[in-house]
Amino acid sequence: MSGETILECRGVGRVFAVRSGMFTANRRLRAVDDVDLALERGEVLAIVGESGCGKTTLARMMLGLLPPTSGTILVMGRPIVEIDRAEIARAVQPVFQDPYSSLNPRKTLASIIALPLDVHGIGTGAERRRRVEELMELVGLPSRLLYVYPSQLSGGQRQRVAIARALAMKPRIVICDEPTSALDVSVQAQILNLLQDLRRELDLTLVIVSHNLAVVEHMADRVAVMYLGRIIEAGATASVFARPRHPYTQTLLEAVLTPDTSRGLPEFVLGPGFPNPLDPPPGCTFHPRCPRAMPACSSARPATLREGGSLVECHLYDGAAAMKAG
Amino acid sequence: MLQVEGLTVEIDVPAGILHAVSDVDLHVDQGETLCIVGESGCGKTMTALALMGLLPRRARMRAERLELEGRDLVAAGRQQLAALRGDRIAMIFQDPMTSLNPVYTIGNQMEEIYLRHGKGSRKEARERAEYLLAKVGIAAPRSRREQYPHQLSGGLRQRVMIAMTLMCEPIVIIADEPTTALDVTIQAQVLHLLSDLQKEYRMALVLITHDLGVVARMADRVMVMYAGQVVETGAVEDVFAAPMHPYTKGLLDCIPVPGKTQPGAKLGAIPGMVPSLVGALEGCQFRGRCAYALPACAASPVPLRERGPGRASRCLLDSIPNAPATGPFFAGVAR
Repeated sequence: MSGETILECRGVGRVFAVRSGMFTANRRLRAVDDVDLALERGEVLAIVGESGCGKTTLARMMLGLLPPTSGTILVMGRPIVEIDRAEIARAVQPVFQDPYSSLNPRKTLASIIALPLDVHGIGTGAERRRRVEELMELVGLPSRLLYVYPSQLSGGQRQRVAIARALAMKPRIVICDEPTSALDVSVQAQILNLLQDLRRELDLTLVIVSHNLAVVEHMADRVAVMYLGRIIEAGATASVFARPRHPYTQTLLEAVLTPDTSRGLPEFVLGPGFPNPLDPPPGCTFHPRCPRAMPACSSARPATLREGGSLVECHLYDGAAAMKAG
Repeated sequence: MLQVEGLTVEIDVPAGILHAVSDVDLHVDQGETLCIVGESGCGKTMTALALMGLLPRRARMRAERLELEGRDLVAAGRQQLAALRGDRIAMIFQDPMTSLNPVYTIGNQMEEIYLRHGKGSRKEARERAEYLLAKVGIAAPRSRREQYPHQLSGGLRQRVMIAMTLMCEPIVIIADEPTTALDVTIQAQVLHLLSDLQKEYRMALVLITHDLGVVARMADRVMVMYAGQVVETGAVEDVFAAPMHPYTKGLLDCIPVPGKTQPGAKLGAIPGMVPSLVGALEGCQFRGRCAYALPACAASPVPLRERGPGRASRCLLDSIPNAPATGPFFAGVAR
């Protein structure tokens, strides 16, 4: 980590208009709400949360695939909306979750991996071919696979292809949306090891979107926990895992099933209802499921407390409880 | 409850015969949880489908013994199997979105099982459905009963699936990756529900999963499968504490564990990939990926050896050495 901020979100929000019927007004779905994040060069940031918490929307905005409806995203100091589409693609690249649907089944590996080079008009045919071979070696794919189709590959090999394609433009930042959740555990380990190696060799900055907290702890320097569009806790991975502050983070960590036969299932679980994002609960959006909810939680939104590199949004820490009591 | 010996499933494919399941023995008792663990293509789902009599038509099944509550299923015809399915043995599928019928209400689908097996009247079926929906923690079961699967979240759908399997009070439940499609927080709830219901109804549970965390917390006994074969079996504490097969050890080493593995350190990966199951099987199926492989591993099929009470391993080694002796014997088998 160099201290150089390479990607920054300032108050980023995204609202979708959801059609609810021919004669009723569209409803507003706030998928991402007021997110502040800064990524330093060479760092690995993990974004965690349940499905529907807005983590994929945030990742899409960081990729420049979706403009934010409020706030700004800065890539290497420049607002993403002012940067040319091709230039963003040279700096930020995605690796998607499902290597079965993110590769064109009718193209060979050579043309899949070379596509970014073709699109950006980089090099001559021979140079591109050489670069493709280089990339395949980098991600551990034997060159005899150059002219095979994705359907002939295993899941792990396909994810290697997706990573090679992402690296073709020598990006500074790679955003991986659930990079291993479609893979078997032994293959997951191969891909995680590969990402670690690449990060070191190529000085990459990684954003890993995941719901697997064991993977997050293993890979990330910093972690941001999202709930209903907001980051409710963030900080250095080691300290968040050692001392989670937000009750939601605590629950998530308890729900991790480590392969420990001396322990049973985690006792403490959330109520079933992930709230409807079209109709978020008032006050703290987590209060209906929170085991430590207080009266203040259903009326007022907790303040965002920042302290060094960490952040937490919960009435347990912002003094609301003390004020009520006092 | 359920006794299986020598279960073999073969599928004809253009290139030859695919050995999906080879000579699997398993048994599960009342109130017991057996976890079958392994990676995609190891035959765990095919084993489950064979037990349910739901194999695809082009698959051929053989078994020396297949008994449910002492009833012989090998000799049973399709109709007899269909009569047991849903009644005495029931299955929970991985993806509740595709395994529920989208054009029928939940109540309709639940009651159908009850009526089909002639358990009682429509009114009783409705009451039982409502009772079970409440039992699996669904609020307002009466109105939920009228809803269609798409109106429910993933966690609720899986609860409905579980309630549905309980309609006729089966004695064996086979759950194939019941929580893989769910969020972690919901996963814990669904597993809790399954284990509570199992205790209450004293059912035998066969839980199929690739998640070793789930195995550790749920299983009494575990059966590790690789390439269609059982490679190791035993009580879950024993297998996790001292794996006897290099594949089991590899699986345990390759998952990051918070508080145990060093963040950022290399995970123990199993190099290579699963061998093709088409054609004649030779030697140990795992030898191409095994760090301890010996020339003898290629010579002849490795038998599943008894290694203590209830414990068996399909490996020539008596113990796994601390350091790989030779490196992968077939190092060139691609990665």
